[in-house]
Amino acid sequence: MTDALVPILAATLAAGTPLVFAALGELVVEKSGVLNLGVEGMMLCGALAGFAATVASGSAAVGALAGLAAGAAAALVFALLTLTLQANQVAAGLALSIFGVGLSAFAGKPFESVALPAPQPFALPALADLPLVGPVLFAQPPLVYLSWALFGLVSWFLYRTRPGLVLRAVGESPAVAHAIGYPVIGIRYLATLFGGAMAGVGGAYLSVSYTPMWAENMTAGRGWIALALVVFATWRPGRVLAGAYLFGGVTIAQFFAQGAGAAVASQLLSSLPYLATIGVLVLISRNPNVIRLNAPVSLGQSYHPDA
Amino acid sequence: MQGAAAAAPPRLSLRGIRKAYPAVVANDGIDLDVAPGEIHAVLGENGAGKSTLMKIIYGVVQPDAGAIRWEGRPVAIASPHAARALGIGMVFQHFSLFETLTVTQNVALALDGARDLAALARRIAEVSQRYGLPLDPRRLVHSLSVGERQRVEIVRCLLQAPRLLILDEPTSVLTPQAVQRLFETLRQLAAEGCSILYISHKLDEIKALCTGATVLRAGRVTGTCDPRRETASSMARMMIGRDLPVCAHAAAAPGGEPRLVLAGLARAADDPFGTDLDGIDLAVHAGEIVGIAGVSGNGQQELLRAVSGETPLGAPLAVQLLGAGVGRMHPGRRRKLGLGFVPEERLGRGAVPHMSLAENALLTAHRAGGMVRAGLVRARRATAFARDCIERFAVKCGGPGAAARSLSGGNLQKFIVGREILQAPKVLVVAQPTWGVDVGAATFIRQALIDLRKRGTAILVISEELDELFEICDRIAVIAQGRLSPARPTRETSVEEIGVWMSGLWPGARAAGAPAGGTGGATATQA
Repeated sequence: MTDALVPILAATLAAGTPLVFAALGELVVEKSGVLNLGVEGMMLCGALAGFAATVASGSAAVGALAGLAAGAAAALVFALLTLTLQANQVAAGLALSIFGVGLSAFAGKPFESVALPAPQPFALPALADLPLVGPVLFAQPPLVYLSWALFGLVSWFLYRTRPGLVLRAVGESPAVAHAIGYPVIGIRYLATLFGGAMAGVGGAYLSVSYTPMWAENMTAGRGWIALALVVFATWRPGRVLAGAYLFGGVTIAQFFAQGAGAAVASQLLSSLPYLATIGVLVLISRNPNVIRLNAPVSLGQSYHPDA
Repeated sequence: MQGAAAAAPPRLSLRGIRKAYPAVVANDGIDLDVAPGEIHAVLGENGAGKSTLMKIIYGVVQPDAGAIRWEGRPVAIASPHAARALGIGMVFQHFSLFETLTVTQNVALALDGARDLAALARRIAEVSQRYGLPLDPRRLVHSLSVGERQRVEIVRCLLQAPRLLILDEPTSVLTPQAVQRLFETLRQLAAEGCSILYISHKLDEIKALCTGATVLRAGRVTGTCDPRRETASSMARMMIGRDLPVCAHAAAAPGGEPRLVLAGLARAADDPFGTDLDGIDLAVHAGEIVGIAGVSGNGQQELLRAVSGETPLGAPLAVQLLGAGVGRMHPGRRRKLGLGFVPEERLGRGAVPHMSLAENALLTAHRAGGMVRAGLVRARRATAFARDCIERFAVKCGGPGAAARSLSGGNLQKFIVGREILQAPKVLVVAQPTWGVDVGAATFIRQALIDLRKRGTAILVISEELDELFEICDRIAVIAQGRLSPARPTRETSVEEIGVWMSGLWPGARAAGAPAGGTGGATATQA
């Protein structure tokens, strides 16, 4: 029994990891009051850049860094448009998504038939030998461990540090933060770049580690799911993590169901992870008090310091 | 205090301060001196440039020209950080607090280098006790009353040991008792050597508190004086350039039929930070004005929405209009029966900012003016209605085609009130009729309401300005924590009595919980 469970659980964690990166990054962005709908586009840019860099260098670490840089570069464009030029965040974010899909499809043509060697999981010594939890938790690709570190870092930063407090304050009321004397635009720039970088790493994880190949539009809507995760997780890192793994779990479960020849249309099964994630999150996020206390009040609103 | 001040250099000295915005010169050639330990008033109407001047002193806004000297040295105040480093603290008119954070976190955000929150919480408790401003540092700001929020702002400034404290209209949200309490704190601070800049347009408060005053009108200094030696009318002349206008007000003709009746109106708030309405009973008769006083956030908004129909109720008879139970009706149907209402937010609720005045007139007056026929708009009639409204209510604007947002607050309010009055409503409900409106326009609007009353309309006024209610109302009730007191004839009550009632302490009131109003200072013990 446990032998059958181990690959399913391990695969669940692996499948949820891109969402952990992208959604935790977007969580920080939204906590600063910026709504960047371009996660899908930034993930694709990161996926392609990561894949190309890995092919060129032969190192997955270089690939991950390239994905990080590409995501941050895409976010920089968004930040220039919305924070400096005061463009509408929703419109700019949608444009970034569409642009990222198109750009990566165009620039990725030469890589479509290239294959990368499947990366070996990095088993943590001693821990990986524990029964059940060892192979599930501690025989994963390095980026999965990094995603856990990111979770701890984001939770600690937002709720335990002074810069995190300032970031949340900017997201709640940029005008008040400015009146007290904080550089609202600068803080929002940093948050947006961080979010883009994490979306890029999430994308690179997909193309370098999870399915080591490049295919057009390979994120398959995970960027949108990451956005929904943040909202329905009521901007709390713990719930974002749980939601990401829920998505991963249902993804893997429906693979097994399809493999076992379940008499359900495969299209319906493929849509299950999306339905299940949104459904569960909607159900657990109905408390208006929790939403009011955690939602960044100024989300999506441009801010002019001189007005 | 004054003698010592004359010898030392002024704590703050401004010379020739100028600040121009694209549409208006907010400050022009402003000179101002504040001595150590002086409580100095900056007096002026809305739009006179007081707030801009304070933002310049606090470094939020940079002046175009002029010199600032701090204790004799020339300085440039580039940012609020720089202002705080000099020893300038500011309590904002609209509170600059983050609602989802605790008191301690809010204070920490404004203190440079406050890292240890536990130690900070102890200091907050210490300072708040020393100055008689009881506060619990662990509470989330959204759960605090308005008066408590102001204490947070003041304590936040005091922790920086300021040598100049700026207060921007600090009493507009307080009950009369809480105002007295605040004044005691300010006098204690001044006695310890802290200078205070006190911004207000309330002449009686300035006379009671301040030892010097600079009067602004349209961005310029029109005079300096010692308020203790002036009369309210002499300061008003400096402030508005003429005598204070007074409303003509005859006694109510008794015996009108009840037109608006609230019977056991109760509703749980949708907003988790809102106020639940609880068993509200009130009757407004034809030909009378009934006022509802109260500190903001005690259910005024919820009450207005329930009466207007913006939040329909389950019980039809909870709101009765001309004898008909309308509790479940939406605003359009209530208006059709003869209800008019003016919400407190002018832009966005009273008028659509980007639409022209004619289009805005059409939005509520389409039933009355024959502006719509067979579902089609008759633009000429709407324009004629708007032009009529502009002329009769002396609205300064670019004509019926001007966008609502291009008007100043006072002129837009005159237009909105005029629009409702021209429809000859049988019942009119007005929230904050003169909030943020200059003295001239405020008197005009009050007089228009009194004239409408003479023609037999039943009028309900919800306001936080006690003076205004005492000026125009025949009866006054008080709302506190979502409950309404009995209405008292204005002639038989007093500001003091209504002030006590604002804490929720009227005869027969259920003594449940502490008042939500800003009066904790009047009743709270030193925690």
